Amino acid sequence: MHAFDYQSPSTVAEAIELMAKHNGSARPLAGGTDLIDQMRVGRLAPDVLIDVKKLDELNVLSADAAGLHVGAAVPCYRIYGDETVNSQYTALADSCHIIGGIQIQSRASIGGNLCNSGPAADSTPSMIALGGVCVIAGPSGSREIAVESFCTGPGKNVLEPGELLVEVRFPARPANSGSHYRRMIPRNEMDIAVVGVGASVTLDDSGQNFVSARIGLGAIAATPLFAEAAGESLAGQPVNDESLEKAAAAAREIASPITDMRGTREYRIHVTGVLVKRVLQAAIVRARGEQIDYCRGH
Amino acid sequence: MATAENPKYKVIGTRPIRHDGADKVTGRARYGADIQLSGMLYGAMLRSPHAHANIKSIDTSKAEALPGVRAVATSADLPEQGDRVVELGEGAANMRHLTANVLARGKVLYRGHSIAAVAADNIHIAEEAIKLIEVEYELLPPVMDVVGAMAENAPVLNDDIRTESVGSAPPAKDSKPTNVAKHFLFEKGDVAAGFAEADIIVEREFDTAMVHQGYIEPHNATVLWNTDGKLTVWISTQGSFTVRQQTAELLKIPISNVKVIPTEIGGGFGGKISVYLPPVAAVLSKKTGRPVKLVMSRTNVFEATGPTPGSHMKVKLGATKDGKLVAGEAWIAFEAGAYTGSPIGPACMCVFACYDLPHGRVEGFDVCVNKPRTNAYRAPGSTHVAFATETLVNEICEKIDVDPAEFRINNAAKEGVRRVDGPVYARVGMVETVEAIKNSEHYKTALEGKYRGRGIASGFWFNCGLKSAASATVNPDGTVSLLEGSTDIGGSRTGIAMQLAEALGITAEEVIPAVGDTDSVGYCDVTGGSRVTFATGIAAIEAAKDIQRQLVDRAAMIWEVDSSHVSYSDGGVHGPDGKQLSFKEMAAKLHGTGGAVIGRGTSSEATQGGAFGTHCVDVEVDVDLGKVQILRYTAAQDAGTAIHPSYVEGQMQGGAVQGIGWALNEEYWYDEQGEMRNSTYLDYRIPTCYDVPMIDTIIVEVPDPQHPYGVRGVGEVPICPPPAAIANAIYDAVGVRMHDLPMSPPKLLAEILKK
Ligand SMILES: Cc1cc2nc3c(=O)[nH]c(=O)nc-3n(C[C@H](O)[C@H](O)[C@H](O)COP(=O)(O)OP(=O)(O)OC[C@H]3O[C@@H](n4cnc5c(N)ncnc54)[C@H](O)[C@@H]3O)c2cc1C
Repeated sequence: MHAFDYQSPSTVAEAIELMAKHNGSARPLAGGTDLIDQMRVGRLAPDVLIDVKKLDELNVLSADAAGLHVGAAVPCYRIYGDETVNSQYTALADSCHIIGGIQIQSRASIGGNLCNSGPAADSTPSMIALGGVCVIAGPSGSREIAVESFCTGPGKNVLEPGELLVEVRFPARPANSGSHYRRMIPRNEMDIAVVGVGASVTLDDSGQNFVSARIGLGAIAATPLFAEAAGESLAGQPVNDESLEKAAAAAREIASPITDMRGTREYRIHVTGVLVKRVLQAAIVRARGEQIDYCRGH
Repeated sequence: MATAENPKYKVIGTRPIRHDGADKVTGRARYGADIQLSGMLYGAMLRSPHAHANIKSIDTSKAEALPGVRAVATSADLPEQGDRVVELGEGAANMRHLTANVLARGKVLYRGHSIAAVAADNIHIAEEAIKLIEVEYELLPPVMDVVGAMAENAPVLNDDIRTESVGSAPPAKDSKPTNVAKHFLFEKGDVAAGFAEADIIVEREFDTAMVHQGYIEPHNATVLWNTDGKLTVWISTQGSFTVRQQTAELLKIPISNVKVIPTEIGGGFGGKISVYLPPVAAVLSKKTGRPVKLVMSRTNVFEATGPTPGSHMKVKLGATKDGKLVAGEAWIAFEAGAYTGSPIGPACMCVFACYDLPHGRVEGFDVCVNKPRTNAYRAPGSTHVAFATETLVNEICEKIDVDPAEFRINNAAKEGVRRVDGPVYARVGMVETVEAIKNSEHYKTALEGKYRGRGIASGFWFNCGLKSAASATVNPDGTVSLLEGSTDIGGSRTGIAMQLAEALGITAEEVIPAVGDTDSVGYCDVTGGSRVTFATGIAAIEAAKDIQRQLVDRAAMIWEVDSSHVSYSDGGVHGPDGKQLSFKEMAAKLHGTGGAVIGRGTSSEATQGGAFGTHCVDVEVDVDLGKVQILRYTAAQDAGTAIHPSYVEGQMQGGAVQGIGWALNEEYWYDEQGEMRNSTYLDYRIPTCYDVPMIDTIIVEVPDPQHPYGVRGVGEVPICPPPAAIANAIYDAVGVRMHDLPMSPPKLLAEILKK
């Protein structure tokens, strides 16, 4: 393994300064569950690792009037252990529950999941569905960008050299809302999504009609996708097979997967529709305040 | 279970704690990669990025110049082997192929084929150094498909391979080289006449993907080539004596110059018999005068060790409408990988082995393709063919409306039945395993629910005897130190100790078993072929008898009677006038009566009668995702006599789980360039504990007359039935017959959508 230095700044400003100084040869280290493995197999060979786990801003996990703030370095176990996340941003809890096993969840962050920018990352579709916004700090100040615009290709994203993801912010949840994330994997655990779907729905007071819906898709294109048309097709529609079927068809429409060792193109397109329906059904049940019955991974 | 009610035995059939248990659960057990020696260097290997290429040149100068690099080796450092064929204790091997597999000679035949090695002060330097080795390749088209490789115009991998037809004259040396290395043909009766009697004939083609044994511990070797010319090899292996011999032959030095010290082993399943690293580490050690350690990465293990072949098979079965099998025909092509040596022979012998088939014809081909050279994997070849035959049997049962268990019982192989390849069965337990399933709670409980289905299938494995040796020393406190040469991959040292204990009338805990190195114990063949509990067990029983004889002589001396008046039974010696001394009392007297008592025993003549298993599985299919959940699983198997029932159950469960992985998800997934794209455990999907239910076991005991206690090997046969049993269950659930392994979600969904 390529030799590297380790730096552990205590403020975001200091971290950005270090990143800028090593221009391109430094990498932020959050949980390290992607990064260390990639360095070990030689896919990445940074000269400096900048530990971002000790930065306060990146460890925030709190809700206020603006919504929910999840610091980029907050590990999965804290996220699914959080009362607000569990009750209102359930899709995110679902995602964090299935990223690796207990050891991985104790380290792995959603910031790392997003910045690693894998097409199959399990938290990204949920973050898209929940309307997440990335807060980015850099040498020339701060900027914000929607999660669905963050990834630009496999392993690629909008971060410029010297920039750091600080947090992902989620809007407050309207009444009668529910969300869910589910993936298709050939095994029942310890696997990578062949297709992953996150969805959030808001129903009217009767619980019989959609007010709005957002759907995020994983592993069916070079980046996680926002299935905007699929979500919009549901707005104002009654909750029934026909409307779900339409949304599923619209989601299939934008899927452009490859054939690889995890599944064929045809398979992924088919499964996209299947999961969109299943995930919407679960989100609907939750929006009505009921419990869903599902076996994680199956 | 039978043994529990069997008062014949005191130790056999009980479940003592394994002797190596404490070390294993506390992490103290030393595996291959745990070896640390003073002055040790770390090695890394350069491996081919291409599946098929000529090596035009290798330049190692930049690597040699890197600070911290102590030596570089290529095939030029290994002796020329010529056309030698050598018996290596794991079958005969063509030494030219073996050495070229260890370090490529002029040509790389698969991605991951080793080309050069570096020894350096640490692993990081070694890994940097291999990147500095410059190799010029001339790319050749890869041949990845077994049927394609047999075509007349296919690119040929080896210029020294011509088709050997087993039982015929060797091929002419000047004939055209081919990828088809071997051709088998077995016939029994008159196949055409047999099929003419059939009311129903089914014929299908089957494909199975290359799969790996999937042991957790990667291959490793640490070698010191001492200044006196003697080599010591520390390695985890299934056979220290075959490592000794392969290493010696590859280096062309006497076997007595090589001492192999086996470490604990983290799984082998047939894959840790062939030698890959020891000759390379040896050459690097010779060059540096220091011990050198080589350990493979997981990707190396997948790409460059010995998986089991992918296959293409055409199988045809005929039966009468009242359920009698009348004829069978099979055409089987196996991927040998880069060099000849797939288990095509055993596959041909196993394909109809579960049945009393009056007329049969089996043809098999061993075909070179640009994939790693294949090797043994648990009942080598038998799982492939069981998938084919056992699916056809169920299809016949469906068409003639006969219960598949009933059909198997009515047509089962039994004592006196001749297999298509010739041998006649002694007493075997095929019928009993099917009956055990038929009478099981599982089979008798109806399966309910949508998209759920049940399947059964049977399997056969020969089991072998081969050569084993053991010695046992009586300690003054009444314990016995047992030394044997079979490396322990499945709890065998306890199983062997129990047989010694039974024979001496002492407890399992009073035996202290150890696996010796090649200088300290008599020759043992590999731990494979389900032979160790059987054959090394016999050696231990012989050692016990030797001890008995010596104790009888000592007692006669003490009592001043003739030895003929003394006998050994019930854990002690008995003389005239009710004189008796327990084993423990005798042990305490050894120092005063002539010193140590050492028993020795060997086994070489005994052969095994064959093992059968029948499995029953319930599945549920998610018809929108093509995903299969295993709901319930029961395995029945003839163990002859279960020495340690927990280990028998463990073997049955482990074999079933590997078979489930093979059935559902495991495969070498190659791209068009011949690169395996899933060479990690993320994408090479062996089952996890979330994917399988508890595997229920039914141990059937039909004692093997060839072993004093009736042991039959149990390690291999449980991997054979699962793919067919699951395919049959899927059909029962959703009406789709799968003929292609693995039955992964994309493949199953495609079939479901076609319907
Ligand atoms: C055994 C195992 C199982 C896994 N299972 C899953 C799974 O089921 N689903 C799944 O989606 N993933 C899985 N992963 C991958 C990984 O755990 C996740 O992607 C995880 O969320 C990464 O987070 P991390 O904090 O460890 O990131 P790190 O490895 O620390 O970082 C990942 C990348 O993001 C960059 N980075 C990190 N933080 C920032 C920041 N604040 N700003 C800018 N760049 C940053 C790093 O430089 C690096 O390139 C698994 C990994 C392992 C080892």
